[in-house]
Amino acid sequence: MSEKIKSYPGFRIRTADFREGKVPYVAYRPKVRYAWSAGIAMSRFLEELKNGRIIATYCNSCGRIMVPPRVFCEECFKPADGWKHVKDTGTINTYSVSFIAGDASRIKEPIIVAVIDIDGASPGMGILHKIGEIDWKEVKFGMKVKAVWKPPEERVGSITDIKYFKPVKEETL
Amino acid sequence: MSEVAIVGVGCVGFKSIMPELSYKELMFEAAVKAYEDAGGINPRKDVDAFVTCAEDYWEGFSIFDEFVPDQLGAVLRHLFTVSGDGLLGLANAYMLIKTGHFDIVVLEAHSKASDILTFYDIVAFAMDPVMVRPLGGNPYYIAGMEMNRYLCETGTTIEQCAQVVVKNKRNALANPYAAYGANITLDQVLWSEPCFYPLKKLEISPLSDGCVVMVLASEKVAKKLTDTPIWVEGVGWATETPNLETRDWGRAVYTELAAEMAYKTAGITCPSREIDFVELSDLFAYKELQHLEALKLCKYGEAGMLLEDGIITKDGDLPVNVSGGCLGMGYALEASGMQRLLEVVLQLRGKAEGRQIPDAEVGLAHTWRGIPTATGAVAILSNIKE
Ligand SMILES: [Zn+2]
Repeated sequence: MSEKIKSYPGFRIRTADFREGKVPYVAYRPKVRYAWSAGIAMSRFLEELKNGRIIATYCNSCGRIMVPPRVFCEECFKPADGWKHVKDTGTINTYSVSFIAGDASRIKEPIIVAVIDIDGASPGMGILHKIGEIDWKEVKFGMKVKAVWKPPEERVGSITDIKYFKPVKEETL
Repeated sequence: MSEVAIVGVGCVGFKSIMPELSYKELMFEAAVKAYEDAGGINPRKDVDAFVTCAEDYWEGFSIFDEFVPDQLGAVLRHLFTVSGDGLLGLANAYMLIKTGHFDIVVLEAHSKASDILTFYDIVAFAMDPVMVRPLGGNPYYIAGMEMNRYLCETGTTIEQCAQVVVKNKRNALANPYAAYGANITLDQVLWSEPCFYPLKKLEISPLSDGCVVMVLASEKVAKKLTDTPIWVEGVGWATETPNLETRDWGRAVYTELAAEMAYKTAGITCPSREIDFVELSDLFAYKELQHLEALKLCKYGEAGMLLEDGIITKDGDLPVNVSGGCLGMGYALEASGMQRLLEVVLQLRGKAEGRQIPDAEVGLAHTWRGIPTATGAVAILSNIKE
């Protein structure tokens, strides 16, 4: 409260007052559920994640190798020309460190998120994922990283079949 | 001001479910067809603006607008999304061209209704949270209440309403874009499961998936792209009130107002004489009759008789929903108006094949945004330029 204003008119309402039913209000939780059709491109992508591989599509007009894959090249506006496996390694394009959880509470282990340009795909194409096995202060632009996969029996065809990407030394690639 | 023409159309679907394609792939296919149909335009450089139509809750995305450019060739170009039916998008595209600053505008609307697992819960979420939602029940009872009042005020019979289903599903058999064509009898409709008295199961349009993309152009560009431009002579739209307690339950006032607006722009003074055929919202069977009256194509309460006299059948004087309507093509959410518009364009081009209406020159497309809205839109189209 500002120092100049000693008191505001009205009543102070606390969270507890809502809980105890002292304040009239309407609560409603919508039941909204969906099952999106993944389609041709993403179905194959998810299938390949289950196999521990990352797949791209390519466009012969502009020469781009596109990750995540799509059935059309959005720059040339024509159907993609085929499929191509790319590596599960890449380079950190940009990153951030999330100290706050979805409900705005502080989290003990910060989550490092990064856009990773995937090796074998065209420059500037890659996937967004988490970075692990490193202190967040050590993360750098251009850092080489590699996917850490769940064991095959735990993979379900989801982006989380990759647990995270971890830093690797250039020469081990 | 330049005239506005539809110069390209592309449609994928409509089917009860389309699990084989994502919404992006669905839109891409329809867009490719539309650009090819519009003289092979290149969306990456020829299109001045893109207008898409989508409602976030139908899509299951917040701010769905951001997910549409790629599949239309609209990346890094000029696009906005209308949260409403395709005909409201048409109104926007029409106005853009009328400004004189845009020569080619692309219009898109789709339905991926089969991706929604809790359709009726989303409709329920559209109800007033204080007054209506706490009462529970399936919000389609609104259609039951409206039908009941409409029958009471007009003397329209339940048989006349049921006959709409028989007609439209039979029409849909000749339409390759229709999901629910069928040869059924009046008794099958009348004896179908009562759902929301007096509304029966077969009188409710089932959901469908599909996408329609159209290319609109100014007069000078239209003539370069196609030999058969279909001219948009007028558009209109209106919303009544969200209050269920105070809205008019007998008449579709929103459609009356939308039609007045469109007729005024198109210079139509006697709709029943000047309009050759109609595509309108028959989301529920009685809605075809109620909307026909609201469009001033007959007097209030007379549409049922027009149907009995065979006037609104395919071979009648005023064919209505030759495409099969929503009952025959399926309720395609915000693409419903695009289904109507597509049929009007195909008929006016003389390309409606087995269901072609001979010598059609002026057609009307109408839509209603469904339960619980009181929003409608109307477009008047013609293949002759005054
Ligand atoms: Zn390309």
